[in-house]
Amino acid sequence: MPFSRYLGIIVHQDKREINKMENKVMETNGKAELTTSRNGRGHESGTEALKRGLAQMLKGGVIMDVVTPEQAKIAEDAGACSVMALERVPADIRKNGGVARMSDPGMIEGIIGITTVPVMAKCRIGHYVEARVLEALGVDYIDESEVLTPADEENHVDKRGFKVPFVCGARNLGEALRRINEGAAMIRSKGEAGTGDVVEAVRHARAILGDIRRVQNMNRAELFTYAKEIGAPYALVEETANLGRLPVVLFAAGGIATPADAALMMEIGVDGVFVGSGIFKSGDPARRAKAIVEATTHFRDYKIIAEVSKNLGEPMVGINISSLPADQKMAGRGW
Amino acid sequence: MRVGVLALQGDFAEHMQMLLQLRVDAVEVKLPSDLTGLDALIMPGGESTTFAKLAERFALMPPLRDFIKSGKPTWGTCAGLIFMATDVGRDQPTLGVMDIKVKRNAFGRQVDSFISPVRIAGLADPYEAIFIRAPLIESVGPDVEVMATLPDGAIVAARQGNMLVTSFHPELTRDNRVHSLFLKF
Repeated sequence: MPFSRYLGIIVHQDKREINKMENKVMETNGKAELTTSRNGRGHESGTEALKRGLAQMLKGGVIMDVVTPEQAKIAEDAGACSVMALERVPADIRKNGGVARMSDPGMIEGIIGITTVPVMAKCRIGHYVEARVLEALGVDYIDESEVLTPADEENHVDKRGFKVPFVCGARNLGEALRRINEGAAMIRSKGEAGTGDVVEAVRHARAILGDIRRVQNMNRAELFTYAKEIGAPYALVEETANLGRLPVVLFAAGGIATPADAALMMEIGVDGVFVGSGIFKSGDPARRAKAIVEATTHFRDYKIIAEVSKNLGEPMVGINISSLPADQKMAGRGW
Repeated sequence: MRVGVLALQGDFAEHMQMLLQLRVDAVEVKLPSDLTGLDALIMPGGESTTFAKLAERFALMPPLRDFIKSGKPTWGTCAGLIFMATDVGRDQPTLGVMDIKVKRNAFGRQVDSFISPVRIAGLADPYEAIFIRAPLIESVGPDVEVMATLPDGAIVAARQGNMLVTSFHPELTRDNRVHSLFLKF
């Protein structure tokens, strides 16, 4: 890239830094602001490439829900590429009911302090102050998550206004592209968290990937109409059609409980998997965690999957989704 | 020419795509048998602790060391750099083939990730380097040549014989000059 362009950015951002110091620029209400800025070393930070880039580093890996520093250590030792710090795993959120919120910052700091892998944490849909708090704590990725009780039933967080990257859930291509338009740098299937039933993760991943295959065969006239139908910005629909994939990394989440579940999602075509309640609600978390990591890497090697799946102890009990009343489903939160 | 890319976890597909653009055969390496017939090897970005766990579990550590010691070109980016180093300042298994002392997550957390132009030995023009939760090289052994530093002197690329390491991610850019440089090793 030409050096002059880089210098141009620096000059531009210098002015912003000064403005910030004088408190002339207030980032209120998560309002869209240029998020790129200089850090102490005089480099460019908080750019789309950096936000999306960290998700690229997570590809082929397993991100595990943990509720204590001890669990974070078990996850890292099993080979997790990242951990999601939260107060209760989705299975317990389901069981206990009530309002589910961002976790205690003290607990999140404890987890950040003990592990060397990236740490993610969840904020409620639309709760941009929880998101700012997580950013201030130094979490590496924020999950604006339907697993927590939504704080805003109309608007998601304006994620472009943050330096920290966001991951969001989606059930289909339109929802995925709306989140990306808001600034999400990574997408995951919603699935149905805390059930141990993989059926919804399969449904959502197949919907997203199937929609992508369809747009690749559309001409521009059809893309205009399709973008309107799925409620997504035309530019992102066109970019997806040209790339043959989402412009960001896609993971599977929601109901993955076994090594074979993880491998199934990889074969369907996602870039990696989140495992929530499936590990620490099972009989032997350390062993199951390791087996799921190994099956995710070797997802087409069925002998290895058979080997690692032996004698893992009890899986999480699980809830059959067809027996779950509509008002207890989390995937319908967000739009 | 056939180049293997360690495919245990991380952004190996991005490296493979870059290699394919340069008309080089790219092969995933997940098991020891995948190393057969390769002319060179790349260790991608990702999580170095995950690489180590999976490489140990599937008996890849000794064959990877043998491959590199046989003199075939090998390049580690970010996590790959950590995985090749002799000293990472903590108790973490590595291949220990390159005589460098590394500091992990040296620049801070994700919000401190950055893009900066660097001058790389062997490239005429500055290179736009992407650093994501990047490590830096604190010191190098006598046989190691420093290839690139940041303006403050931090070492971010180095070479030791057939081995190249970069703490940044050329595979995330559209600029294939570092890949081309490596293929000429």
